[in-house]
Amino acid sequence: MTTGHAITIEINGLTYRGEVEPRRLLCDFIREDLGLYGTHVGCEHGVCGVCTILWDGEPIRSCLVFAVQANGGRLSTVEGMATSATELHPIQQAFTETHALQCGFCTPGFLMTLQALLSRNSHPSTDEIRDSLSGVLCRCTGYHNILAAAELAASRLSTK
Amino acid sequence: MAMIGTSVRRVEDNRRLRGIARYVADIERPGMLHAAIFRSQHAHARLIRVDVARARAMPGVVAVITFEDIKTVKPIPMRLEPSEDLYRALQRPLANDRLRYVGEPIAVVVADTRYLAEDALEVIDIEIEELEVHVDARSAIKPGAEPIHPGVARNIAHRFVVETGNVEHALADADALLEEEFYIQRHSAVPLETRGLVAEYDEGRKLLTVWGPTKVVHFNHGVLASLLDMPPSGIRMIEVEVGGGFGVRGEFYPEDYLIPFLARMLRRPVRWIEDRNEHLKAANHSREQWHRLRVGYSQDGRIVAFDDHLLNVMGGYIRTHGATLPTMTAAYMPGPYKLDNYRCDAHCVLVNKTPAGTYRGPGRFGASFVRERALDIIARRLRMDPAEIRLRNFIPSELMPYTTGTSAFDTPTVYDSGDYAKQLKQALEKFEYDKHKHWCSEQRRAGRAVGIGIGCFVEKTGGGPWEYARVEIDLSGEIIVYSGAADVGQGIETVLSQIVADTLPTDIESIRVVHGDTAVVPFGVGSFGSRSTVVAGNAALRAAQDVKDQLLALAATALQADIGDLGFENNHIVVRGRIGSAISYAELAALTEPSSARALGVKPGISAEAIFHVDRMVFPYGVHLALVEVDQKTGFIKIPKYLIAFDVGRAVNPMLVKGQIVGGFAQGLGGALLEEFAYDSSGQLLSGSFMDYLLPSCAEVPEVEVLLTEDAPSPLNPLGVKGAGEGGTVAVGATLANAVCDAFDGLVNIRQLPLTPELVLGAAHEARKARAELR
Repeated sequence: MTTGHAITIEINGLTYRGEVEPRRLLCDFIREDLGLYGTHVGCEHGVCGVCTILWDGEPIRSCLVFAVQANGGRLSTVEGMATSATELHPIQQAFTETHALQCGFCTPGFLMTLQALLSRNSHPSTDEIRDSLSGVLCRCTGYHNILAAAELAASRLSTK
Repeated sequence: MAMIGTSVRRVEDNRRLRGIARYVADIERPGMLHAAIFRSQHAHARLIRVDVARARAMPGVVAVITFEDIKTVKPIPMRLEPSEDLYRALQRPLANDRLRYVGEPIAVVVADTRYLAEDALEVIDIEIEELEVHVDARSAIKPGAEPIHPGVARNIAHRFVVETGNVEHALADADALLEEEFYIQRHSAVPLETRGLVAEYDEGRKLLTVWGPTKVVHFNHGVLASLLDMPPSGIRMIEVEVGGGFGVRGEFYPEDYLIPFLARMLRRPVRWIEDRNEHLKAANHSREQWHRLRVGYSQDGRIVAFDDHLLNVMGGYIRTHGATLPTMTAAYMPGPYKLDNYRCDAHCVLVNKTPAGTYRGPGRFGASFVRERALDIIARRLRMDPAEIRLRNFIPSELMPYTTGTSAFDTPTVYDSGDYAKQLKQALEKFEYDKHKHWCSEQRRAGRAVGIGIGCFVEKTGGGPWEYARVEIDLSGEIIVYSGAADVGQGIETVLSQIVADTLPTDIESIRVVHGDTAVVPFGVGSFGSRSTVVAGNAALRAAQDVKDQLLALAATALQADIGDLGFENNHIVVRGRIGSAISYAELAALTEPSSARALGVKPGISAEAIFHVDRMVFPYGVHLALVEVDQKTGFIKIPKYLIAFDVGRAVNPMLVKGQIVGGFAQGLGGALLEEFAYDSSGQLLSGSFMDYLLPSCAEVPEVEVLLTEDAPSPLNPLGVKGAGEGGTVAVGATLANAVCDAFDGLVNIRQLPLTPELVLGAAHEARKARAELR
């Protein structure tokens, strides 16, 4: 019964093809059709930021985009972040060292947002970090350690 | 390296950082269907007819059920603080002939996709007749008010009185009397992962598997077996990753029956994932309570009588927590103070709102607000420093252990240890209280609205009745810890690994912690009320010690040495002073393989079980101190300085304890400033999205200094630990309200939360008026 639209999306360097209804959300396509469950969905109305992924390096809320809109796009999700099976990305590493996650549900949204910030601004000020991260909600940590992780990751990435 | 007391990195982090941790919405089963729930849009109505014919005919729809399909099911039972009269107001999984809150489940659609299931919700028709709606508990209890449940007169589902000493006499004898009313608004945990379940029925083996329970998995296992009329052995519950709990997630809700029921009925896996709007109106609300207070005090600032009339506002039904909220409010109202004459006349009031349950610091968030506000008002009247009035009323440390005379969960409140005065003094010093107080008065004279607030509290943690642990070493030498606790994000896997590795030295990353799976963990109580480190931790410690003895006995045989000469090194046992003599856990485990165990005359496998029983709870304590500045034009509250002192006995992992404190603070801040389930007069929820129900972001949470004292280890358990989960939360409302009042020189009296800009602007206006009158 679906009026399927064929789409092709590059995610973390791999090409995925699928057929979707026009109304299918990008987050549902990524998670359920492709099995990339690392992207979480917290509110489905664009406020909590948990579902943030990168589209051409820019953070977007995957619950506010239809999968068809992303046709031909180049996306990144949390699964593509770690350097290897044994090594974490420096941002992820900073998160575990500073205890910047508890339940981990919002964490992919923070990781993606920070990755975008640090790739365009290698020396963000504390205010810039706070401003950038204020679009993602966390209910466990109270944010202190997330901000500390961001500072730590920024300092390490900028001296690399 | 000693593992206990060390801030090691968490073992849970790696999978969660890589996006490979599996939460319930990530569970896929072959042939899985998707459920969506049709909920009441009416707060109070007679339900005359539910028409699901059109929904059943919608594309992709496999089934639609209503009360007719489950009508023999029993109501969902109470887990805590049950009482006979509350049975009258229990909830069945689907509404029958009456709707009692917006969000109440009426029907469930199961379809090939969630999209199609939600489409079908749109064509369900109901016929109703509106009834009088109660949103305000104060009018719901008026004589003649329409009862929400037949037979529950004045909508008071339950009432009880707690009294110590003789309150009336003491009030009559007091030098002076404070009479006040306070209100704590309805708000709740709102974890970032909504609720969800996946259920699958294996018809051939008659085995139902349910993914997604947490918090009290074993209790819910028993409830589900009873409601489905199945033997418990026919149900396996599996806890997966949990995106935050805070008391709300993991209780047995209507959906916890409906989804497994549908999987069994349809013989196909069914998944249900709550959406955010649903969560805000269907998961337990909390906190809403009205207090009418009479406090008698002496001229030298001693509280001689404390009388509280409490309306605990429940909702349209009584859920699993029974009378827990008023019970805890009443039991823990005295806090750190010696109240010889104390009374609480507590009422569970039904209204047409979402049912209520516990949320981080249940009872204590509200009780702290009421008690600490009252102390500040009295101090102000007596021109006494707010710190001084607290010091005068604290229970002296010489009186520990101290019996307050109240009780909860059939356990008398006996504070196990603590030096409240010492901690407050430490906190004041660290905060530079005198200096900041002086600065605030100067600034206020110059027209700024700056002030300091204090909030003291005692926490209740490590509740019983018991917890289970089993420690095993498999044939590869890997340590496995089975625990009755649940992982709601707090880091219990790390904490249990640390405790076990302290006794059985190994790399904690290599320890596997198994919890929440009823097929392999035979008993469990769960994780709530800051209990896991205390009860699951001590159970794991005991089991690990037993395993240690088993390893030593085996090693003594294998190495032909005296047990007294043996020592542990990472994953090995060595003979002290004998070079080259070492036997690994794996080699020792191999000795217990059934054939060799038989030859050696030992039991097969290395394994030990332990139950840690709790006779008395443990009571950590703390102080919050805030410096605030109020913007008198916008009502915005800035918090340039905030300090939390908290004594949790011994901290197993100080980094995680601080994480709990700061995280808890942020939730308390939400409750103090932002969050409210607002309702209109027809019982419609006005804050049903994240645009209206405001969670603090990193832009709102200020710096917080944490003073973790370890002055009073609990004498009640071998680890000396107390629970750390809620102390960051419980005094935030009290402390900030006190600080805002101080910012206006005590010319205003804040009686309710949250401290919205409107409320604070009103206070600013009131203060200006009062100042003008003084001139």
